[in-house]
Amino acid sequence: MLLGPALAVSAILFAIGVLGVLIRRNAIVVFMCVELMLNAVNLTLVAFANVHGMSGQIIVFFVMTVAAAEAAVGLAIIIAIFRHVRSVDLTNINLLKG
Amino acid sequence: MLLALFSFLSAVAIAAALMCITRKNPVACAIWLVVTMASLAGLFLLLGSEFLAVIQVLVYAGAIMVLFIFVIMLLNLGTESSDIARPAVWIPGVVLAVVLAVELVTLRLYSPERLAYEFTRTAQLTDPAQVFPGAAAARDASLQHGVLGAVAEPLFTQWLIPFELTSVLLLAAIVGAVVVAKRKV
Repeated sequence: MLLGPALAVSAILFAIGVLGVLIRRNAIVVFMCVELMLNAVNLTLVAFANVHGMSGQIIVFFVMTVAAAEAAVGLAIIIAIFRHVRSVDLTNINLLKG
Repeated sequence: MLLALFSFLSAVAIAAALMCITRKNPVACAIWLVVTMASLAGLFLLLGSEFLAVIQVLVYAGAIMVLFIFVIMLLNLGTESSDIARPAVWIPGVVLAVVLAVELVTLRLYSPERLAYEFTRTAQLTDPAQVFPGAAAARDASLQHGVLGAVAEPLFTQWLIPFELTSVLLLAAIVGAVVVAKRKV
């Protein structure tokens, strides 16, 4: 059974995603790290679906849909911010009021 | 054989993820992320989710990453100096991530038997095949109706309302993305 190893791999990938969010300042790279974390959680769900039944796979399907929607809106926000500040460096983006 | 393939794909996924968060150029980050996602698709295959493996390649490694590359190109990034935070920021970050990884990796002790035990709370009933008849039923369904049929059946019966709500979410996301990215409202 691959449940244990799969959980370990997904845990490591999730931690790498968190590390990326913490150390990078480029908004797009931070966004990619968020996608990495979502993928790590998907791996967990697939591993449990292997033991438990079909529901886990369906939930992964929904997670992917939400991730696609989130990527579209998030990247649109990054483009809007870039027009305003001329940068995607998160240290430059510190005003709630543009 | 299965375990060897699993270890190989896991090692590739983790190494590519590490490359992804340490490369300076955002395009290189995106390419390494594609490698991670492709190897995750392989892991999904090994874990018996063939449909999700295909969707992972199509949606994640395909559509979403093209969107990322497109935005990087549109904003003309990749010419600045490194954006990795200064050591005073990233050293605590690494410590935090390692602590998180250790905490989560202790889940490795999780076996299907233990999951079954925690589900039923009786020491006699720890055979996962008995506690979770859904897994065997899912395997039967994919033999009978094919891989797609096995996913479609619960998706369009038990999960119909969430599925329909997803379409509303996608519509909202399309409209929202257009409104936010438009030059002048």
